[in-house]
Amino acid sequence: MSNYQWKMSVFIGLIVLYAIYTTVLYFREYKEALPADKLAQTGKIIWQQKNCVACHQLYGLGGHLGPDLTNVYGHKGAPYIKAFLQSGTQVMPNYHLSESEMQALISFLKYTNSTGIADPNTFTQHPYGTISAQ
Amino acid sequence: MFIRVGLLFLLSALLFGLLAAIQYIVPGAGKDIFSFEKLRPLHVSSAVFWILMTAMGAVLTFLQEINQFSLKSIRIQKIQFYLFSFSFIAIIISYCFGIFGGREYWEFQPVFSIPIILGWVLFLSLFFSNNKTLKDKPVYLWMWATGVIFLLFTYCESNLWVIPGIRNRLVQDMTIQWKSYGSMVGAWNMLVYGSSIYLMDKIVGNQKYSRSNMAFGLFFLSLFNLMFNWGHHIYTLPTAQYTHIIGYAVSMTELFILGRIIYLWRQSLTFDNRKQHIHAYWFLYAADIWVFVNLGLAIAMSVPALNIYMHGTHIIVAHTMGTTIGINTMLLLACAFEIIGGRDTTVSIKPNFKFAFLTTNISLAVFFISLLLAGIAKSYWQFNEPSLPYGAMINTLRPYFYVFFAAGTCLTIGFVLLIVPLLRTKHKIMPDGISALTEK
Repeated sequence: MSNYQWKMSVFIGLIVLYAIYTTVLYFREYKEALPADKLAQTGKIIWQQKNCVACHQLYGLGGHLGPDLTNVYGHKGAPYIKAFLQSGTQVMPNYHLSESEMQALISFLKYTNSTGIADPNTFTQHPYGTISAQ
Repeated sequence: MFIRVGLLFLLSALLFGLLAAIQYIVPGAGKDIFSFEKLRPLHVSSAVFWILMTAMGAVLTFLQEINQFSLKSIRIQKIQFYLFSFSFIAIIISYCFGIFGGREYWEFQPVFSIPIILGWVLFLSLFFSNNKTLKDKPVYLWMWATGVIFLLFTYCESNLWVIPGIRNRLVQDMTIQWKSYGSMVGAWNMLVYGSSIYLMDKIVGNQKYSRSNMAFGLFFLSLFNLMFNWGHHIYTLPTAQYTHIIGYAVSMTELFILGRIIYLWRQSLTFDNRKQHIHAYWFLYAADIWVFVNLGLAIAMSVPALNIYMHGTHIIVAHTMGTTIGINTMLLLACAFEIIGGRDTTVSIKPNFKFAFLTTNISLAVFFISLLLAGIAKSYWQFNEPSLPYGAMINTLRPYFYVFFAAGTCLTIGFVLLIVPLLRTKHKIMPDGISALTEK
């Protein structure tokens, strides 16, 4: 096998492995049993349109100006979230959301809460450096 | 032109970065005009556009040094340039008006993806019409080919959220999102690092390294990481456990790269012909140090048991800033100075350049350390003081943010002093087809 053929074989081999991995990830069964309901789906669109992720995180991914909101529904409840959405804070502007927009966002945060726990405190560390959710 | 527009995006990233940083030291300042949800994407997207435009510009310029482009290729290159320039500028304008709709890092309305994807397709066709085979080609051509292919694929993949079946399942959506982002960064790094290797060949004056087995070994190791190490971004996401294990195991192969950097430290910093490419050499030198620092941090972050202490904290921001500024920007400035600045026959560094270069790198070090310390403090809060409200915790980080802001200001001044003279230089094409310039 020539040097070029050897290089090309490694290259194509990696591409094939990547294609298999990608396909598995696209079509595997995800743990979250049901897709978000209609109201939560609208809430996710509003979440994106208002660019909430610029300041807030979901599962630790996002901006750092505000707190992680993955489990805010479970910890604080809908009235707490609504109070913030209605008037904003010292840092967060008041977006003048309609009642239906606020309900959609609350429904989305209810859904994110149902998908898992984001608090790093709840993970168990194992030998060899791996972790697992409690 | 790609590089000049790229440099303007770098200035834009610095400006919006400074404005966004004000929010950390004066909470809510100007929130009704330019609140953080506008400033962050303006800063981040400008930085991404700087990297993409300049990396494309470097690859296209170096390709033309290797093979003269046909008239058809030059036309395609122009269309590609206008597609990217207009869509990137339109995206920045849309952010100013608060028009969003995408996700983190690509917050714009998905309609902008149409010209961007078309631009990637043109880049792909341009590359392969000028490089029909990779047989007997040096490693940087393999890297560019890989970068071009994966940029198109991962960009399309990052837009799969527009399909409701994916968008409405949060964990699946976030898994695919971070899979695409992780690989996309690897793809643009292929363009940036490939261009740096081409540049080093020029400085050294031979292709000994870029044709060596070691270069190809490292290329395949990088490609392996590009494809499979992205799982380290989502250790806390309740997705398939094997993505975490694969991400962890593959990331650890980077220890080989780190070990090699340490082993070859002195050799990698000496080039016989460096004085003819003195500006590029200085940036490559700085990038070498930043690669070492950031790779060490990246490997630590890739260990899940350590990652949970860093994830969601400013340590991740420090790493992002360290890699985009310390590595990508230093390497791209090396290319920009080489392409726009041309061969420096004076064989000397002007005091202004030296001052700006040192200001930039020292400020970046302070900036990086202040973010690391803020991240450590936030991590301590997450594990030891969870009852303290988030706002109160952020207040305790304020001293670090003052240092971060001061360092960011000095960093901006340093970059402006480097970029503005470069933008003011007049570009002319030498008879041998290699770009050079004369100062106004």
